[in-house]
Amino acid sequence: MKRVALEGTVAVAEAVRQANVDVIAAYPITPQSHIVERLSEIVASGELDAEFVPVESEHTALSVCIGASACGARAFTATSGPGLALMAEMVFVASSMRLPMVMVLCNRSLSAPLSIWNDHSDAMLVRDSGWIQVFVNNAQEAYDHVFLGYRIGEDHRVLIPYMIHMDGFFLTHAIEPVELVDQEVVDKFLPHYQPLYRLDPSNPITMGAFVMPDQYAEVKKAQDEALKASYQVIVEVWEKWGELTGRFYRPVEGFYLEDAEYAFLSVGSYGDVAQEAVDFLRGKGRKVGLLKLRLWRPFPFEELRKALKGVKALLVIDRAICPGGPGGPVALEVRSAFYNMDGPRVVDFIVGIAGRDTTPEDYVKMFEMAPEFLEKGSEEYIFYGVKE
Amino acid sequence: MKLSWREIKPGAVITESGSSRNLRTGDWRSERPIMDKEKCNKCGMCYIFCPEGTIKETEEGYFEVDLYYCKGCGICAHECPQGAIKMVLEV
Repeated sequence: MKRVALEGTVAVAEAVRQANVDVIAAYPITPQSHIVERLSEIVASGELDAEFVPVESEHTALSVCIGASACGARAFTATSGPGLALMAEMVFVASSMRLPMVMVLCNRSLSAPLSIWNDHSDAMLVRDSGWIQVFVNNAQEAYDHVFLGYRIGEDHRVLIPYMIHMDGFFLTHAIEPVELVDQEVVDKFLPHYQPLYRLDPSNPITMGAFVMPDQYAEVKKAQDEALKASYQVIVEVWEKWGELTGRFYRPVEGFYLEDAEYAFLSVGSYGDVAQEAVDFLRGKGRKVGLLKLRLWRPFPFEELRKALKGVKALLVIDRAICPGGPGGPVALEVRSAFYNMDGPRVVDFIVGIAGRDTTPEDYVKMFEMAPEFLEKGSEEYIFYGVKE
Repeated sequence: MKLSWREIKPGAVITESGSSRNLRTGDWRSERPIMDKEKCNKCGMCYIFCPEGTIKETEEGYFEVDLYYCKGCGICAHECPQGAIKMVLEV
């Protein structure tokens, strides 16, 4: 295992190379572009024997990946915010056709106003698309989850595409230490994709057929059950990866939760910043913990409830807004997980919209603000730092 | 079809080729074409224009519609140069 300094996007491209992907189709968009630029170099130089399809739009990028996966190829794409919005129709098609592939979504806010910066409005656009979805905390996790995504998605018990949410700029453009896994380890962990069904002229089948109302509901039920059932395989494969690399991933990851009265709940790169604040507050004797939510779909209800047992108040860090709705999307999910149960009170902070800087000091401030909101009993979200 | 969700193959893939033949698209029809042999000059325009390929030539050279598949679109009636095809409401 080699430890090197890599930009997040380059780490992802390296993983795609090592995963021996057959077809890459992507369209450049900030902050994703470096992934596809690096991959075009890797393919052009012969380091990876793959078809690199320079498509004319994101809709086509994913369409190409869908066709490739249907033929039994290992496919990869990456995009960001508005690119994902253009791709959206096919996002639902890929998962509903049960075609494994990996997409790295370099999270970027949706327009308008035009913004290239990071938040999770794009992630929430495809929340219900039926993909397995993970939020990563750093470049190492982004790199690792490319392999995990193929291994899990291609498992015949799963057959579901895998979306890696990687915060734009914070993770895509930062240079971080990354431990590269030896190729022999990857090859053993990730053998050639053996599709259950594939398009083959000598054995014709139909994929993506028209389905009448008398069977559409059954197809959707089967898809939902498959996504829920993928949970076991996800946990099992993550565990295996831990044994191989020493990096163990869990659907949720807790810090100082054993005796915590207050806890932050965070998704994506903000978890590592929150950790700084929690360390600081612990130093001051405050009983505060942190829960990083890694697996977004299928949602880890049981693990979340178990991890937060005994926590009195949960400070949810949301990176997107549900306009006209009940607050931030993560808080909405967490409240549902504890509905009619003895769970923590939820204070919902909307933070870091369009990449606005959120420092450990901000977390300390949020921690200090929380009791007042708990006392008021308000269920409304707090748009943290918004200029009044 | 009456498959339980447990019997649905991943992605609702259909492994039997040519199975669309089993689908009775004639069910969708609200009007059926009626051919008038007196007016028909056997030109075959209806056969050419039928978008579903449901019209066949008979041994005598006339044309007949397979009502198992005909969706009743009326293109044959519209195109017939002899006005030999009438669309009649299904009851």
